[in-house]
Amino acid sequence: MTKAGTTVAADPSPPALRLPRRRGVELALIVVAVLLSVYGYCAVGLAHSGTVPPGAARYGAGLGVLALLAHCAVRFRAPYADPLLLPIAVLLNGLGLVLIYRLDLETPHDQAAPAQLNWSTLGVALFIAAVVRLRDHRVLQRYAYVSVAGALVLLALPILFPAVNGSRIWIRLAGFSLQPGEFAKVLLAVFFASYLAANRNALAYSGRRVWRFHRLQLPTGRILGPIVTIWLLSVGVLVLERDLGTSLLFFGLFVILLYVATGRTGWIAVGLLLAVVGAVAVGRLEPHVHSRVADWLHPFASIEAGQGPNQLAQALFSFAAGGVLGTGLGLGHSILIGFAAKSDFILATAGEELGLAGLSAIFLLYALLVERGYRAGLALRDPFGRLLAIGLASILALQVFVIAGGVTGLIPLTGMAMPFLAQGGSSVITNWIIVALLIRISDSARGQYDGRRAP
Amino acid sequence: MTTYIRRAALLSALLFLALLVNAARVQVFQAGTYDGNPANRRAAIARWSQPRGDIVVGDRPVTGSRDTGEQLRHERTYRDGPLYAHVTGFASQLYGSALLEDAEDDVLAGTDPMLSLLPVWNDVTRSRTPGGRVVTTIDPAAQRAAFDGLRNRRGAVAALEPATGRVLALVSTPSYDPGELSGNGPAVARAWARLNGDPARPMLNRAIRQTYPPGSTFKVVTAAAALDSGVIRDLDAPTDSPDPYTLPGTRTSLSNEVEGCEDASLRHAFEWSCNTVFAKLGADVGLSRMRSTARNFGFNDSGLRIPFGVARSSFDTTMDSAQLALSSIGQYNTRATPLQMAMVTAAVANGGSVMAPHLVERTTTRFGATLRARGPHTRRLAMNPATAAELRELMTGVVKEGTGANAAIRGATVGGKTGTAQHGIGNSGTPYAWFISWAHAHDAIEPAVAVAVVVEDANADRSDISGGGDAAPIARAVMEAVLKTAAAGRRR
Repeated sequence: MTKAGTTVAADPSPPALRLPRRRGVELALIVVAVLLSVYGYCAVGLAHSGTVPPGAARYGAGLGVLALLAHCAVRFRAPYADPLLLPIAVLLNGLGLVLIYRLDLETPHDQAAPAQLNWSTLGVALFIAAVVRLRDHRVLQRYAYVSVAGALVLLALPILFPAVNGSRIWIRLAGFSLQPGEFAKVLLAVFFASYLAANRNALAYSGRRVWRFHRLQLPTGRILGPIVTIWLLSVGVLVLERDLGTSLLFFGLFVILLYVATGRTGWIAVGLLLAVVGAVAVGRLEPHVHSRVADWLHPFASIEAGQGPNQLAQALFSFAAGGVLGTGLGLGHSILIGFAAKSDFILATAGEELGLAGLSAIFLLYALLVERGYRAGLALRDPFGRLLAIGLASILALQVFVIAGGVTGLIPLTGMAMPFLAQGGSSVITNWIIVALLIRISDSARGQYDGRRAP
Repeated sequence: MTTYIRRAALLSALLFLALLVNAARVQVFQAGTYDGNPANRRAAIARWSQPRGDIVVGDRPVTGSRDTGEQLRHERTYRDGPLYAHVTGFASQLYGSALLEDAEDDVLAGTDPMLSLLPVWNDVTRSRTPGGRVVTTIDPAAQRAAFDGLRNRRGAVAALEPATGRVLALVSTPSYDPGELSGNGPAVARAWARLNGDPARPMLNRAIRQTYPPGSTFKVVTAAAALDSGVIRDLDAPTDSPDPYTLPGTRTSLSNEVEGCEDASLRHAFEWSCNTVFAKLGADVGLSRMRSTARNFGFNDSGLRIPFGVARSSFDTTMDSAQLALSSIGQYNTRATPLQMAMVTAAVANGGSVMAPHLVERTTTRFGATLRARGPHTRRLAMNPATAAELRELMTGVVKEGTGANAAIRGATVGGKTGTAQHGIGNSGTPYAWFISWAHAHDAIEPAVAVAVVVEDANADRSDISGGGDAAPIARAVMEAVLKTAAAGRRR
């Protein structure tokens, strides 16, 4: 009666579940992204002068080699990484180069595309370095306070340099101009993630409840102190530098991470309160901001005043001229925007020449990038990694919203670079680093479920 | 924490959704308003992005286009600008366009839907059709003769083909070079200011936009009314006309510049331009007959387009007998454009029918395929054919024996009528010299040309002779040019 002999054989450890790594998919998508960019480059030349531009092969080869090197770094050092992140970054960067090259044709004395290609190369190099050298994102947690110190120094640095176009956000060294605020946002994200991961319990379960059903729970001053201090410092520096877009970005990042870390709606209430107070105060004190709001409410006021269309009006004309299908690459007149057509207003060129169809595609690419970031955050287990992934993804989402909303008249315009698309070395480097970190995090997130690796 | 991450992700999704909705708002729903905003330069850029179609006179284009490489890329150029300025008008990047450039803008700019084979496809691909051509009815030789005849005097010439209404010459002097206004630089602004400030008003098209008192040339209309209404039955019968003639109901007496007008026959009175006879004739015919005859010739019609608008020539419709008498000799309120008087003489030459005057023969695509062709059509019947024949007889007499001897052409029957119109306060201004005429080559089946000439600053001799002296030679030169062209055409 016994079944001694038939005891169930020792349950073998479940067969090692091999996760697909999907590096081949990534490679295929990268090839598509490079081909699309080269096609755009050729289309610009064909529309402008009827011939394929002489540098098309070199441009394609350059972009292709960069993308392949990045792919190899990911393949060997982060094999489980999300296969969509790198192709999207390559496509956006390639498209940005095409748009800048296209606008260069209208400004023969101001060529920005070659410099942008160099910055992109540097960005990819840093991407590769980050993917290769940084084996585990948790290492960054150790450098939380170094990060915040670095961020503050970077933010404060431009005050020592002369203002450019009304904003003190540039430093000029040996012919290069850098926007240190761009780098600071990654450092701040690291700090916020690290600090909140360490203190989230204290932040979540203390404080007094002031609303019925305990919905709204205000945090205590002791916990609130350090974070508000940091926030005030960064925002204060930014108001001094008149870079309101970045200020808005930091604020949004701060509130989102705080909410995700603690789940307390109270933080959102505090955040919104601070936002309203800040907005009203800055709007009253700063004529710069006041005029931006006035422009947003009445973009055609300068036309009615007989002074001709301002930049925002010209940008709106551009988008309208694009319609659904666009004029075609190289056939629009977004150069009428004038100053900053290649940087803050680059999206207007995309909107005019690629139409609503192309613009929607670009928005969806960004949305996909952000979504992959959030997905990596969801899959991770350690709070720091989660918060860092959410923070980096949110930076992208907020930045796209602030600048794209600004140039399309959805919100008041604040100067900021469209990630990957816009002219600007600091921005493109920073965005490549953000993608490198997301690759690293997604590698950990997916790798932990792979049978061959301990979670 | 997962729930909160999902909510944060939802927030990001909402931000992107807002961007997409807003982009659709700007690019689709608001696009029409933004595209149409006058401050939006795209319409102008598109308009000048391709060479403008040409206006053709004879077989040659009189216009061209120049690639400037600027934002508004192609600029209008004109061959013989001053000669054709009052036909083509100008097409300026700063000041709009005028005359044919304006009236046929759709064809010239390539926006006429007839120009493209598949308009819908053009809308999708945003391609612009090349501008079409506008072929005019102008006879280059006649135009040149009229322009050279007027030289540096102020005046205008309008010549028509009586049987069709084709405008053979349309000249107004002083003229200007429309090419000066083509571009968008400061030189264009200076030229614009100079031309508009010039007291001689070179940009005024005197042939169609200026009205003058027609003076004795209006006697053609009065004679037509008198013959049609039966007030005169015999050209050679003496009329019951005193000299001087006291205007009815007044003590104002009207006299003549010439002798032998008392009880003169219509033939004599017409040949020697007796004011007294025609003033009384007008009063005898009566206001309603005079009014309807004038209207049938084209007076009091503000809707005439050739294809650009022509100023209204007027014959007052509410007058007492004295005013009617004066109006009947082309004074008082009566005013006519040179084109209107050309229509009057053309009606005589064409058996009484007024053909609609038109300047555009046809419009074509750039490659010559016809878009629209304009055939002759009758506007009104101004008088009975029999009356027209009698008037041709009278007008021929003017050239053979009367005041219009300067217009005679060998090998052709020429009929004409001189006129001197006084104007200004107390008639103090230099009189306008008029001459209207038609010419019929002996070997042709119908008159080939009807012409009206007005010279503003004629020799200050207040007699009908000034019309014959200043204006008739110009008319003759124009008629000769047309007859020569027509003869060449017959020989071909």
